[in-house]
Amino acid sequence: MEKYLYIALFAPLVGSMFAALFGARPKTLIAGLVPSILLFVSLVASSILLVHILGGGEVVHVEMMTWMATGDLYIPFGFVVDQVSVTMMMVVTLVSTVVHFYAIGYMDHDKGFNRFFAWLSAFVFSMMILVMSDNFAGLFIGWEGVGLCSWGLIGFWYHKESATWAANEAFIMNRIADLGMLIGIFLVYWNTGTLQYAEAFAAMPALDSETLTWIGIFLFVGAMGKSAQFPLHTWLADAMEGPTPVSALIHAATMVTAGVYLVVRSNELYALIPHIGLFIASLGAFVAIFAASMALVNRDIKRVIAYSTLSQLGYMFAAAGLGAYWVALFHLMAHAFFKALLFLGAGNVMHAMHDELDPFKMGGLGKTMKGTMILMTLASVALAGIFPLAGFFSKDLILEVAFIDHHFIIYGVLLLTAGLTAFYSFRIIALIFHGEDRHTALGHHPHEAYTFMLWVMAPLAVLAVIAGALKGTYFEMVTAVLPATEYHVHSAAAYWTMTIGTQLFVLVAIYLAYKKYMSKDIKIPDGTSAMENSFGYKILKNQYYIPYFYEEYLVRPYRELSTILWKQVDMKVVDATVDGIAGIIHTTGVKTRDMQSGNLSTMLKWMVAGTIGMLSLAVVFGLAVRYSGEIKTILSGLGV
Amino acid sequence: MMEIGLNHYLVLSTILFAIGLIGVMRRKNLLLLFFATEILLNSVNIAFAAISHYYGDLTGQMFAFFVIAIAASEVAVGLGLLIVWHKRHSNINLDTLSTMKG
Amino acid sequence: MFEAIAFYLFSFLTILMFFITVTTSQALYALTALAAGMIFISAFFFILGAEFLGAIQIVVYSGAVMALYAFGMMFFDTTREVKEKQGNKYIVVGLSTLAAVLVVAIFAAPIVSDNITALYPMTEGVGNTQDVGMVLFTKYLVPFEVAAVMLLVAMIAGIVLAGKKMDLSLTLYSTAEIKDMKKDQEKKVLS
Repeated sequence: MEKYLYIALFAPLVGSMFAALFGARPKTLIAGLVPSILLFVSLVASSILLVHILGGGEVVHVEMMTWMATGDLYIPFGFVVDQVSVTMMMVVTLVSTVVHFYAIGYMDHDKGFNRFFAWLSAFVFSMMILVMSDNFAGLFIGWEGVGLCSWGLIGFWYHKESATWAANEAFIMNRIADLGMLIGIFLVYWNTGTLQYAEAFAAMPALDSETLTWIGIFLFVGAMGKSAQFPLHTWLADAMEGPTPVSALIHAATMVTAGVYLVVRSNELYALIPHIGLFIASLGAFVAIFAASMALVNRDIKRVIAYSTLSQLGYMFAAAGLGAYWVALFHLMAHAFFKALLFLGAGNVMHAMHDELDPFKMGGLGKTMKGTMILMTLASVALAGIFPLAGFFSKDLILEVAFIDHHFIIYGVLLLTAGLTAFYSFRIIALIFHGEDRHTALGHHPHEAYTFMLWVMAPLAVLAVIAGALKGTYFEMVTAVLPATEYHVHSAAAYWTMTIGTQLFVLVAIYLAYKKYMSKDIKIPDGTSAMENSFGYKILKNQYYIPYFYEEYLVRPYRELSTILWKQVDMKVVDATVDGIAGIIHTTGVKTRDMQSGNLSTMLKWMVAGTIGMLSLAVVFGLAVRYSGEIKTILSGLGV
Repeated sequence: MMEIGLNHYLVLSTILFAIGLIGVMRRKNLLLLFFATEILLNSVNIAFAAISHYYGDLTGQMFAFFVIAIAASEVAVGLGLLIVWHKRHSNINLDTLSTMKG
Repeated sequence: MFEAIAFYLFSFLTILMFFITVTTSQALYALTALAAGMIFISAFFFILGAEFLGAIQIVVYSGAVMALYAFGMMFFDTTREVKEKQGNKYIVVGLSTLAAVLVVAIFAAPIVSDNITALYPMTEGVGNTQDVGMVLFTKYLVPFEVAAVMLLVAMIAGIVLAGKKMDLSLTLYSTAEIKDMKKDQEKKVLS
């Protein structure tokens, strides 16, 4: 079994290195094909491990080698495949394989084709380390690795300044959060003496509540950065500058879920500090509705989907915060499938419309892009949570969790968000695929994507549909390590009212969306309509002015401070000191060079100066000899 | 003040020595530099003679005698060298005397 | 009292003369002032009872040495004003003042003066010249002879350095040969 672990882990790395060999050359198909095939191999290995774990096999735990063994600190490169990590492995490898094959078609005409696959496979490798590691240090390595690869992929088209800016924003925001996470890891080590999950969590019940609270808070700060919770959320929307496969892989299915994975993995810790859990849940609910509100008015299809991701992450954290860890993980899994599908479909649309992003400039694409329309509609239905697709089983479960634990505010917020989610998802679908054709007038001649790309997206569609049926098997498996709380509403009447009520609410939202955005007189908004100038619209369009706030009140003062420190402190003080020392030495050299000028007059002067020096010494020593007794008494008085 | 002691002569000798030093450091014409050297030697002679007088010792005068002899021979050889230099360079300015640079 | 008057007078004059020597820009004045200073120093020797030394000072210094310098001055034609590019005069004055102060301090400190005993004490009732002679030709005989040799060497060195065309010896040729040699030289010059 260990060999499957190693295959699953290192196959993406081999693929990445292989593609990196071609990095500077023009596109070669093999540089895309080999990583994709290797990733498929990794998928197969993960599936074998899944079957093994499902069949009741024991957890696979290997220690590859020692990383640090200094004093009391022992950190190995260790990997564990238990129920939680095998779930994550399946999600990661499956979505990654699909995205890799899709990208062969999507990046067809791109000059950086080879480089893209190198980065993408490297990302998958880092993610695998993250989910398979058995200690916090390995987790952190993977954490940083995905941050780095995300930077490289968001800023893939580095000639575009907006792309590099977005990449830097993502990386820096993640870095800020990583500081918190590092402090959390330090606290874990400090208080438990080990970074291995098993031993650390075993030692935690013995710690006092305040320490545990701090550990929990700091680790969650790290999760906040990676999973783009408020206030570190602005990078996710801007990260859409990267190519669409990147958005599908990283910002839907894998990297942003690393935060959720962290919380789920640390469930034994968070179970001990339920007040922090409640805070996490509240924050998650807030983010859910916050993101959904911003998605209502946005005119960029990828951004809308990004806000949707943000919103669903809020759902996951809400579940995890309330202690329903298996529910959170299940929603993570289901969400990965339909969100990736949604992104890939959006990629098809963008390619057809030559990277046009505004849905108001599309319309009626359903006639020419049937396949994509079907896939995206399926994904949106799953996202909205309609029975019997995957979203129903995961999202509605979260609503039930909130209701059962009597957190009615959270329940209300999440319910409202569900409606909003349905509305904005179908707003996009309606604007793009239905209604009147607005794009031909603008000169676009769209065509469907390559057929193989559609076939590659098909497995995701299938999973989006049937994932609900896997819930039972999943529950059996994962509750070996996660708390196995079953959530039943007390009375059947309440349960059915809730469920059917939610479904009706969502269906009404969908109907409203279709009605509004399929009508014949949709015009491309150009900034003059009353709606656009209304206060609510403006706030939502500008993301509650939060990016503006960050730029004005955080970034700009920091930049001023840095400039001052650079110009005044660094250049004037530090450099001046160092240059001054060198200057002194140089000037001394220049001046004393006159001693050897060969000029007799100067030498005579130096001779007299030397004579004076020796005379002074004679006087001093003479005085010392004469008064040696008194000098000795003075020195002994000083304690020498 | 009235009573001239050894210290008076020594102070005088020192002043003359300082004047000689000024000359040595200041003069750029080699011949005038030699004049200043003569002053130095003479001031030392005064000091020797004074010490010899006040301690009743003839050693000082002997030394002054030999200093005079040496000064004379030094002048002879020095002037000879100066003549050779002048034949080469047609001037006896000290600032041009810098072939031993570095 | 006479001693005091004489001392102060001659010391003032000596310092004045030597000061002129080192500061004047006219070489002739410097030479003259130097000669005058030498004479005044011999006065000091007479005050101090070193008559032999005083006489030697006048004869050797103000006579021979000054004559040499005068000839040198005629040779180098420094009767005009000497233009000198001066360095920083504060350094010069400062250094020498400092030197003077230090030396005075050393002499004034009563460290050395308490422990001196005479090595060759003066004999009473004998004139200074006789006294000097007695010590010079007995205790200092070897340095005396060496000094004589040194003077000889210096003299020869001066002649060699300053002389012209000394490969020919004028005293070994007869008069007729010297005339022939001169005619040859003139022929070479004319042709």
